[in-house]
Amino acid sequence: MVASMRNGPRQVSRVAVFVVCLGPLAWIFWRAFTGGPDGLGLTANPAEYLNRFIGDWALRFILITLAMTPLRLMTGQAWLLRFRRMFGLYAFFYVSLHLASYIVFDQFFDWSAIWADIIKRTYITVGMTAFVMLIPMAVTSTARMVRRLGPDRWKRLHQMVYVIAPLGCVHYIMMSKGFQIEPWIYLGLTILMLGIRLARYMVRRRALSA
Amino acid sequence: MLIKRRESWHLPECAVTPRAVSEGRRRFVKGAGALGFGAIAGSFGAGLFSGPVARAATLQATLNPAYTADAAGLDITSMKDATSYNNFYEFGTAKGDPLKNAQAFQPLPWTVEVEGLAGKTGTYSYEDIIKPHQLEERIYRFRCVEAWSMVVPWIGIPLGDILKRFEPASGARYVAFETLYDPERMPGQKRPTVPWPYVEGLRLDEAMNPLTLMVVGMYGETLPNQNGAPLRLVVPWKYGFKSIKSIVRINFTEQQPKNTWNVIQPREYGFYSNVNPNVSHPRWSQAKERVIGSGLFPEKRDTLMYNGYGEQVAHLYEGMDLTRFY
Repeated sequence: MVASMRNGPRQVSRVAVFVVCLGPLAWIFWRAFTGGPDGLGLTANPAEYLNRFIGDWALRFILITLAMTPLRLMTGQAWLLRFRRMFGLYAFFYVSLHLASYIVFDQFFDWSAIWADIIKRTYITVGMTAFVMLIPMAVTSTARMVRRLGPDRWKRLHQMVYVIAPLGCVHYIMMSKGFQIEPWIYLGLTILMLGIRLARYMVRRRALSA
Repeated sequence: MLIKRRESWHLPECAVTPRAVSEGRRRFVKGAGALGFGAIAGSFGAGLFSGPVARAATLQATLNPAYTADAAGLDITSMKDATSYNNFYEFGTAKGDPLKNAQAFQPLPWTVEVEGLAGKTGTYSYEDIIKPHQLEERIYRFRCVEAWSMVVPWIGIPLGDILKRFEPASGARYVAFETLYDPERMPGQKRPTVPWPYVEGLRLDEAMNPLTLMVVGMYGETLPNQNGAPLRLVVPWKYGFKSIKSIVRINFTEQQPKNTWNVIQPREYGFYSNVNPNVSHPRWSQAKERVIGSGLFPEKRDTLMYNGYGEQVAHLYEGMDLTRFY
């Protein structure tokens, strides 16, 4: 890790990816201040627009993070894993913004209404569960925490994402009206990426027992 | 159609910038100025609604004094908001989709099939339906099942006046309505979002209630495509999805007709779907509503029983268990 930090081009690409990941946020500010290409700004219902737009990106970053291992397996490019932590932290960042936009713009800190939502509305219960599970992952994302936990325990903890990603997709499916294809595409991609891992695990286990 | 001449000083109600909008604008400019963002605020204003705008013709109608903005008790939603934030899945599921995808839609010529238990069934053109009546403007509250609301100056004809001309038979107890099914013209219908065509229905006495409007225009203009051109219902004491758009069929029936959302999710959407703050939608509370156009920190108001039209419609549901017939 330290060696890669000293490495010039790698450092540049790291900064570039970091900046690109802020794109969705930049898009929001651009729309808010210029109105955007359609002149509609954050739409007639900014709270809903922000919540949906950020929620989409939160789920996309979870999927991007999950895609790093399968991509590495397919391409053999080990450097892909260097970006995994950044993408994971961005996923946490956008999930937090998604939740914050709900608390601030949608409910305006009406904690009793928020609590009622969490208990009564299943899709919010599911979403909150996924968020809570992300917190220990974000907290233990530093190299020091990896050392402190030890690689095995750290890995097991971070395998929670195999539950979090499907929860995120279910949250999306449950809140859409009618039959909409988009959330099912997200779920399909999640299953694909978890399936690749499962296949690798089965192959390894067979190799060990043989 | 009676064309009323307006005196030059007589502005249609909709020409007045809603108080909230002008105040909001002032507030924004003031706030932005204080932060030294004056230039940005200027470009914000210039960028407003530079996108495609539906072609619309001015429509003359007299404001019904019983249904003014004051009677609605709220500020009128801006035309921009009411015509760019729409649930009309025939043109896509995102709120901005109908504005984008309905621009090429040509509503006229338009015909409506009138069928079922009535004396004068048959095919009627848009003009056949509208012509014998006088258009009136009414400012109604509009409450979506998704817990947001608008106040819209509609132009239309009391539905009962139209239905009477078809001479409903004594056996007719309900009226069913159907939206156009034409995936080439309504691209959202190429996806199986809901079973097409969209259908809705009312009990005959609900349909004949003087509040129920057959709408042909809004904000002093013909109905924009994204709002259900050329003919739609507005049933102000019911959730918005009951106000079916782009109607091509009217059927007088004895049995309670199907309505699309009830068919897909009967636990979430009933046949009646009267606005009722005491009966929650399973996925959200209906006690409050977000006022569209009230900005980033939306104003939330208490939702009123029957959307505030109880005086005119509560008698229709006397003795009914509203938690069962939601």
